[in-house]
Amino acid sequence: MMNGLTLDELLLAHAAGTLPEPLALVVRTHLALSEEGRRRYRLYCALGGALLETLEPVALRADAWDRLDRAIDRVEPIRLPASIQHDPRVPAPLRAFAPEGFERLPWRNLGPAAEVELPLAAPGYRTRLIRLKGGKSIPRHTHKGHEVTVVVEGSFRDEQGVHRRGDLVIADGTVDHRPVADEDCLCLTVTDAPLKLTGPIGRLLNPLLRI
Amino acid sequence: MVATHALDVAGRSGRLATPGVGGFTARMPVNARENASADAVERERVRDLELVATARDRAAFRRLFEYYGPRVKAYLRRLGSDDDAAEDLTQEVFVSIWRRAGQFDPNKASVGTWVFTIARNKRIDALRRDRAPALETDDPELEIDPAPRGDAVAELNRMSALVMRAVETLPEEQKRLLKIFYFEEKPHSAIAEELGLPLGTVKSRLRLALAKLRAALGEDRT
Repeated sequence: MMNGLTLDELLLAHAAGTLPEPLALVVRTHLALSEEGRRRYRLYCALGGALLETLEPVALRADAWDRLDRAIDRVEPIRLPASIQHDPRVPAPLRAFAPEGFERLPWRNLGPAAEVELPLAAPGYRTRLIRLKGGKSIPRHTHKGHEVTVVVEGSFRDEQGVHRRGDLVIADGTVDHRPVADEDCLCLTVTDAPLKLTGPIGRLLNPLLRI
Repeated sequence: MVATHALDVAGRSGRLATPGVGGFTARMPVNARENASADAVERERVRDLELVATARDRAAFRRLFEYYGPRVKAYLRRLGSDDDAAEDLTQEVFVSIWRRAGQFDPNKASVGTWVFTIARNKRIDALRRDRAPALETDDPELEIDPAPRGDAVAELNRMSALVMRAVETLPEEQKRLLKIFYFEEKPHSAIAEELGLPLGTVKSRLRLALAKLRAALGEDRT
């Protein structure tokens, strides 16, 4: 698995806070739907907490406490919002993109499938919700970069097996893949473009683009 | 950096092997006395945070700040903030801790882990501040777990202490490697170069370190 990006790598990078935004969105959606994912993610967060304790402390300035003491005079506690009426079908991380539910999004018809692109400012990535009707398939394709998908509703199958709600599926150039929906299926999919980028964002992306 | 930490524990589908029942059960022999004192320290921190939440207790908050503040600053410095930026961001992290103290749940994370996730999220917010506001990074992933099974609560309580102990027992080189993954944003090739090691060795050491952590948590089935 030369190029093998794994779910664990994604969870660890997300816990470390180093995932680009589109991949972070996929991972957060996975976490919202998968108890096993949350369990593993908590381990990597705990690892971050443990590592924090091992860092050599760096002294704060002499006035740091006074400054903080004044700053907290001016703020109110944040409470978790009282349960607002949400469409229960929309996992929390996607609510900002589909505040009125998935139906109301501007779906673009692609024949057996429909898609809507999510507006994330992340050069080199495409972030889409894709819908596939039960029994329909997406034509065989491969990926120059990676395609990371989380099943939000329904299920689909491909050469890797059956993927159900909450499952995170990673495909790359070595996967020749023809997804078939078992039942009406809605997925969040992030693809990275086969570009070598430079600069700060490019450096974030390049490990993913090792092809 | 998107890490291509090659853990290879998940299959191609990215799905994890089914964990054993009670994945976090401690099966590692532990020194009861050390454990008790670590528990006592953690209990004090939890109590301080609860005092902040319920009584807006500034003395308790100051104790937390004096312990975690320099560590949060170290974390931010390590990830590339200059001294001014790290000092300012540390202030923001603690304002956030003051405001969110009521959301802390000791059944879901240790105080240290909770502080880490807030510092991490603040840092991401700061990096994204120049761009269009996009995602609410404060969304409480550590809190979205619907009521864990009764037996899971006790396991979670122990998890952080176990992870910390396991980190302490790792060989220095593996500890160093984990810190690089968490505290530096570098492609693997740059990490390998810095350590003067072949890339494959870096990956296998990372894999080894994580396997040890999982084993320490009694989770050695992957």
